Amino acid sequence: MTHARSGPKPAVATAEGRRVKAGLADRDGFLAWVMLLPSVVYIVALVGIPFLLAIAFAFSDVTTGDPSFDFVGFRNFDEIFADGVFWRALRNTLVFTLVSMVLIVLFGKILANILVADFRGKWFVRFLVLLPWTTPVALSTISWLWFLDSIYSPVDWVLRHLGLIDANIVWLGQPGTAMGSVIAVQTWRLTPLAAVIVMAGLVAIPRDIDEAARIDGAGFWRRMFEVTVPLTLPVIAVAGLFGAIMTFTDMTVPYVLTRGGPTHSTDVLASWAYFRGIEGGDVGQGAAIALFLFPLLLAGAIAILRTVRRWEAQ
Amino acid sequence: MTTDVVALRRKYARRHVAARCGVYGAAILAALVCALPFLWSVVSAFKQNQDLYNPESNPFFFNKPATPDHVTFLFTDTPFLTFVVNTLIVGAAVVLVTLVLALPAAYSLARLDRPWGTPMGIAIFMVYLVPPSLLFLSLTRVVVALHLEDSLWSMIVVYPTITIPVSVWLLIGFLKAVPKDVEEQAMVDGYSRLGAFLRIVLPLVFPGIVAVVVFSFTLTSSEFVYALAFVSASPEMVVSTGVPTQLVRGDVFFWQSLQASTVITAVPIAFLFNLFLDRFVTGFTMGAVKT
Amino acid sequence: MNTVEVKGLVKTFDGHVRARRGRSDQVRALDGVDLAAEPGEYLVLLGPSGCGKTTLLRTIAGLEQPTEGEVLIGGNVVNGLPPRVRQIAMVFQSYALYPHKTVRDNIVFPLRAEGMAREEREKKATWAAELLEIEPLLRRKPRQLSGGERQRVALARALVRDPAVFLLDEPLSNLDAKMRATARDELKRFQERVGTTTIYVTHDQAEAMGLGDRIAVLEHGRVRQVGTPQEVYDDPSDTFVATFIGSPPMNLVKRDGVLVGFRPEHLLPVENVVTEPRLTMPFQVERMEYLSGDRHVYGTITGIGAQTRVIARLPATVATPLEAGETHAFAVPSERLRFFDAESGNRTAPVPIADAAIGDAPPGDAP
Repeated sequence: MTHARSGPKPAVATAEGRRVKAGLADRDGFLAWVMLLPSVVYIVALVGIPFLLAIAFAFSDVTTGDPSFDFVGFRNFDEIFADGVFWRALRNTLVFTLVSMVLIVLFGKILANILVADFRGKWFVRFLVLLPWTTPVALSTISWLWFLDSIYSPVDWVLRHLGLIDANIVWLGQPGTAMGSVIAVQTWRLTPLAAVIVMAGLVAIPRDIDEAARIDGAGFWRRMFEVTVPLTLPVIAVAGLFGAIMTFTDMTVPYVLTRGGPTHSTDVLASWAYFRGIEGGDVGQGAAIALFLFPLLLAGAIAILRTVRRWEAQ
Repeated sequence: MTTDVVALRRKYARRHVAARCGVYGAAILAALVCALPFLWSVVSAFKQNQDLYNPESNPFFFNKPATPDHVTFLFTDTPFLTFVVNTLIVGAAVVLVTLVLALPAAYSLARLDRPWGTPMGIAIFMVYLVPPSLLFLSLTRVVVALHLEDSLWSMIVVYPTITIPVSVWLLIGFLKAVPKDVEEQAMVDGYSRLGAFLRIVLPLVFPGIVAVVVFSFTLTSSEFVYALAFVSASPEMVVSTGVPTQLVRGDVFFWQSLQASTVITAVPIAFLFNLFLDRFVTGFTMGAVKT
Repeated sequence: MNTVEVKGLVKTFDGHVRARRGRSDQVRALDGVDLAAEPGEYLVLLGPSGCGKTTLLRTIAGLEQPTEGEVLIGGNVVNGLPPRVRQIAMVFQSYALYPHKTVRDNIVFPLRAEGMAREEREKKATWAAELLEIEPLLRRKPRQLSGGERQRVALARALVRDPAVFLLDEPLSNLDAKMRATARDELKRFQERVGTTTIYVTHDQAEAMGLGDRIAVLEHGRVRQVGTPQEVYDDPSDTFVATFIGSPPMNLVKRDGVLVGFRPEHLLPVENVVTEPRLTMPFQVERMEYLSGDRHVYGTITGIGAQTRVIARLPATVATPLEAGETHAFAVPSERLRFFDAESGNRTAPVPIADAAIGDAPPGDAP
């Protein structure tokens, strides 16, 4: 098509000539589906179907030794309910999740405030702070296994030399300290992520609001609790949501650190499902245990997202 | 009056100094709490056995001369390098699949303004809530059925289910930040909706793409449950599962080599993440505020 | 044949927020618009924010699809055609320069879409840059440009396409007041030189008056009046147009079911109104403003209808001394009076009105 420079051409010819090219790539409705579909198909195939399969397993007698599928009704559920370990794991999961989440949000908020402050060497501090989150969790947890070793623990060495304890604490050998250790490691590794998320919220606060508060004579703490925290609440909630999801569904830390011990005191639903389903070979029971993760998770997530929405609506 | 002001100024000068000290103190404390274990890891990795296995040894210093033996052991006597390469292959492949699928999906949800956009967006985010610990039992079956067990492909195929939902969420935020005008201008300038997306929108969400790449890679490299359940043959393992199986033999832990592998894996990823931290932070705000 | 024409255009949007509760919550952004732009014409769409002028422009561009009605470009119905095949060029309020491309790349971008050869592309870009005097800027990125320079780049980009019509969406609103005057002048000269049909959206009546060959005044998705600047100013078709256009707006005095309207500049001290017949009325001065030589006199008039607060604009040539608080006889030439129906606001036939005796004025006394 040639283009005369002088004056406007009648649009007739152009519109006609190009009508052919006005194809599917212009139709929003069509494009919307085509662009979304691959992701949806992928997720349905690899999350939806396995999810249904997991539900089916929970009602079957499938084991690793005998993979044939037989419907057994609620037998798996009866059995896991009758087992005290399940209830213990459920309670542990809730304690593990709630305590970790609170600590992650709290430390994440503090850390975020530090990281948005202005100081020399910020880049290096941020790098160090990110380390726990970016390390593959299995590896960092193994490192902690050494730091909490019953004999050679560097943690105990420091405490002994500070005169706080006389003999080594066997961190992973007693129910209380074992749970404490699992929570501590989980908090340590997820706090940087929470901090990054909260940072996002802090950065988004318009500067003039903070400056107005300064001129109004508000000190650091007043600004923190009456300006910064309320304005970043949605983001803090998102950080909490991420922390909760990652803790609730995670089995790596308990699995590597304590293998659920001593005597199931750090078993969580996820790890218990793994022990039963893969190591114990009873796929049906494992699936039934894991199934309990979902509704609880969904309820928690919906609650948090709804709260966030309400805040934002204001 | 004058003296008052002088006194006040002195007071606030002191306060300013105190605040600066506070900031530095807090920063150093935060860095220590987060990174102290890595310091121990680095020191331990080069310790001799007699030094390491002595409860009285100072964990911060070398009480005996340092030795590189255990680090060399990691490279020469274990398939650690293979694990690293496998991790990189899986990471790169997963990032690619994630981008190819998540970018159009996020665009569709953020811009094409269909009535089902918002519910669909929430539904996709909810997928992130379906945990690996719930799916690994049945996914193991799927993987076996596809003959992917003990192969890198099992992870390449399955990991995008974790990364796509988060990436779509992040990208929606970035896409909404691209001015609509610019895109419509491209359409007026003679491009189709698809052309405008490819030529104008994609270059403008480049920061978002980087954020997604880094985040997906981090998620992928630290995934453990699927890797553990799908692959049990050493040559196809990733760092996350390979290191524990190779360096923990029953009750025997090769502690120095384990610590070395942790540090060697952690430092580059943290470095990369830190490079793109600011972009990631911006992306998160936008995503978080507009789910 | 008209370059651009719309027939019976209706565009409804769903009210997203309240849509859940009630079904009937549709916003009619365009409510039956008929309008045509003749070849080479500079047509301005003027109206307050939310009147549908931008929606109309976007519908012509093809960025929105009309709910009902037709859009014709060059006599062809283009409903359903994507923007890119409509042979239009649009300049957005934000200028929408591609931030990651240099000025040159911005300008050639539409040409690359047409698959034009590289040489020709460059030639054309240089030609447009010369025309708009932005050659020195060709290598810069948009963020290194001032507001006025951005506008010129956007115009150059629009120009290279040889469009059938330019669509401009408030292109001056992002400029500061001083820049705006210069840019307005440039826009007008530019259009006169290229002679392309232009549809220009603005809420600023000064822009509309200064730029438009014709002005279409919109309100609530309807065209209230189409006419030359002089027509819409001197002969507004209803009270909306009468009060929307003119600063200060037309004075409206209520009288027996009609509204008597007259422009502030026609309300002058009686000794300055020489045209006959004229309508005289007492004017009680409240306060005065001096604006670039003119005196804006605020006060109350009585006698010709309901007691009403009005504004008179006295040019610098009128030297009559006036004091706040005093009552003075003012007059309007009868030919300048406009009459509107009090109910509908539409123009009606003139009604004879007798002069109001100055003595009738409540407090105060004749000079």
